[in-house]
Amino acid sequence: MLSRAALSRVAPALSHVRAAPSLAARRPAFRSYASEAGHSMTVRDALNAAMDEEMMRDDTVFILGEEVARYNGAYKVTKGLLDKYGEKRVVDTPITEMGFAGVAVGAALAGLRPICEFMTFNFAMQAIDHIVNSAGKTYYMSGGNVPCPVVFRGPNGAAAGVGAQHSQDYAAWYGQIPGLKVVSPWSAEDCKGLLKAAIRDPNPVVFLENEMLYGVSFPMSEAAMSDNFILPIGKAKVEREGSDVTVVAHSKMVTHSLEAADLLAKDGIKVEVINLRSIRPLDIETIKASVKKTNRLVTVEGGFPAFGVGSEICAQIVESEAFDYLDAPVERVTGADVPTPYAANLEALAFPDTALIAKVIKRSLYRTN
Amino acid sequence: MDAVGINWYTVEITPDGKPIPTYRVLDGVGNLIDGAEMPEISRDLARKIYENMVLLPTVDNLLYNVQRQGKISFYVGVLLSYSTLNSTPPTDDRGQYRELGVLLWRGWGLDATMAQCFGSKEDESSKGRQMPVHWGSSKYHFHTISSPLATQVPQAAGVAYALRRDPLRRGKNVAAVYFGEGAASEGDAHAGMLFASTLPSPTLFIARNNGFAISTPASEQYFGDGIAARGAAFGMDTIRVDGNDVLAVLAATRKARTLCVEKGRGVVIEAMTYRVGHHSTSDDSFAYRPRQEVEDRKRIDNPIARFRLFLHSQGWWTDEEEEELKSRLKADVMRAFKKADSAERGPLGNVFTDVYGGEEPWNLKEQRAELAQLLKKYGQTWEPWKAELNKFSDKGENLMQGHEKDE
Repeated sequence: MLSRAALSRVAPALSHVRAAPSLAARRPAFRSYASEAGHSMTVRDALNAAMDEEMMRDDTVFILGEEVARYNGAYKVTKGLLDKYGEKRVVDTPITEMGFAGVAVGAALAGLRPICEFMTFNFAMQAIDHIVNSAGKTYYMSGGNVPCPVVFRGPNGAAAGVGAQHSQDYAAWYGQIPGLKVVSPWSAEDCKGLLKAAIRDPNPVVFLENEMLYGVSFPMSEAAMSDNFILPIGKAKVEREGSDVTVVAHSKMVTHSLEAADLLAKDGIKVEVINLRSIRPLDIETIKASVKKTNRLVTVEGGFPAFGVGSEICAQIVESEAFDYLDAPVERVTGADVPTPYAANLEALAFPDTALIAKVIKRSLYRTN
Repeated sequence: MDAVGINWYTVEITPDGKPIPTYRVLDGVGNLIDGAEMPEISRDLARKIYENMVLLPTVDNLLYNVQRQGKISFYVGVLLSYSTLNSTPPTDDRGQYRELGVLLWRGWGLDATMAQCFGSKEDESSKGRQMPVHWGSSKYHFHTISSPLATQVPQAAGVAYALRRDPLRRGKNVAAVYFGEGAASEGDAHAGMLFASTLPSPTLFIARNNGFAISTPASEQYFGDGIAARGAAFGMDTIRVDGNDVLAVLAATRKARTLCVEKGRGVVIEAMTYRVGHHSTSDDSFAYRPRQEVEDRKRIDNPIARFRLFLHSQGWWTDEEEEELKSRLKADVMRAFKKADSAERGPLGNVFTDVYGGEEPWNLKEQRAELAQLLKKYGQTWEPWKAELNKFSDKGENLMQGHEKDE
């Protein structure tokens, strides 16, 4: 981190020559994706690089939130940025989400580009009026006079052993709001490209990370290492091609879906896995095209089942011409309809895992074995 | 000290532990109070302030009645004595909803006011998307009004932070935010004051304490010494002022602004007044307070009457001018109203534009295309739709041509 900071002052391009060492996975159960291209980066470092590059490029970009400066970030995502950019651009705030989210919205309305970090999106509920009613709706309500280019980011969804008030997935909550863009990245490449896009976007963007992915290493293409690497918000990515069934997932569930696909490949089942990347706008076209090819659809999310991401995908597919291509009802795999319990054995039952996804995929194929 | 020698404290800001006193310059009949210092004010400025003050109840009366006639959905009376607050270089204002005086003072105009309330084609402040009194103007540095109470308070601290980051405006401008004593109970209000004092950021907090939050009297809204004590508790320079005394408000605000700019930190003004009108068109205040009380206050402590008496005493105003002003303003308001009442609504495509900045997402493009197709098919052949289309300024043409932005 120190060497990168030093290099960056000299020449931004040089700062990406080094391959970030992958931090030892905090949870041994997670794979580290081996890199063929030679570069790899953890999700944490990718997020840090994205913010660093955008702050370098544009003076109006600044970060605020609890513990982001002197502590280097509650999850170390903003590590090194205070040292590099100073107190005016990396701002530690008092403990009031409604306060600093409000300050972020006001600053954005007045022409700056704040990145507002929530320690988790559970706490963002204490600021949700600013996100939905002010950030989301002001451009429309002001007749197009006042844009609000703010990014709200932080961990979303399941963590490990933190209980109900630290584990909720808010993709469906924000995904419903016209005026907001909502992003839920998976890989390091997703995080870098999409966070940069979010910071540059003139609209308010809700950027849903996942704490358990922070330490996971992913391969990074040459293009992804560039400081101008942007991914389009609103486009999904087919992570793995297949012909028997379409599995659509976002965030950490992409990992489990790919693992399930590997498992089922041994049985000769070819699973196509789509990484949503964005919740709003939802890339239904990519899903439709895939369903037309495979004829079966399984959605996977960590959020609660009712009124969720999977519900929306299912409804949109059924409303479209892809309905005629379905050979089986759409299956939704979701979190359990209970507040997340703490005890490890109970918590494991509250979220989908690889085995469960594989089982449901087989069910959608009408296979009992 | 109690029996075990522990000192208990409530906020004791004043040396004698009494409530923070209210700063006044004029007495009830417009004379300078003994010992009060008159702020610098010219004949022209005083007359302009007075005219702006008289304009407010003129607008109120008309729009209140217009709402009762069903022509607009809602209205909130704006009569309050703080139009004086804006005789200073551009401040970024975040209002609550009773601050039309600020916009009118800056020259926003009656036409724009009426256009916003009617949601007509001329409404540039919101293109017909906001309910009445939810105005805004980038040109006049007045942020668009947002309904949820007190959310504007921390946002103003954020605006002030942005001002401080701008080398052209640092040390020159402040962000002013208005809120009532009721809205001041919100968590946001405290969070906003915390940030302005701690970050810090040059935010001018103007709390309008008018005694009522719809039907909730101030005695049921807070227990401590109003809003002023809170400002002081957060470590900010604070003043309580007679909100019905134009000269006091003028002097206090000028000084507050100077302090705010110099220190780069929040400053708090609590303006004490009395809400003589109903809360809004959805309220009948005689359900919770005696009519006599309202009539008495209108007579005894009327900001317009007090200031008029002051102007008379300076030889700056006559009764003839009073009559002339009243009829001129009434005519201006009527003219603006008639214009807005008969104006067309904006283009139909406005329902889809400005949801997002930059490129429009596919779902909006799709919806627009679907509506355009239906309009082309039925718009001129089916009477109910034809009649409806005529209400829009472009009769749906823009949308049917497939344009994504209105002209």
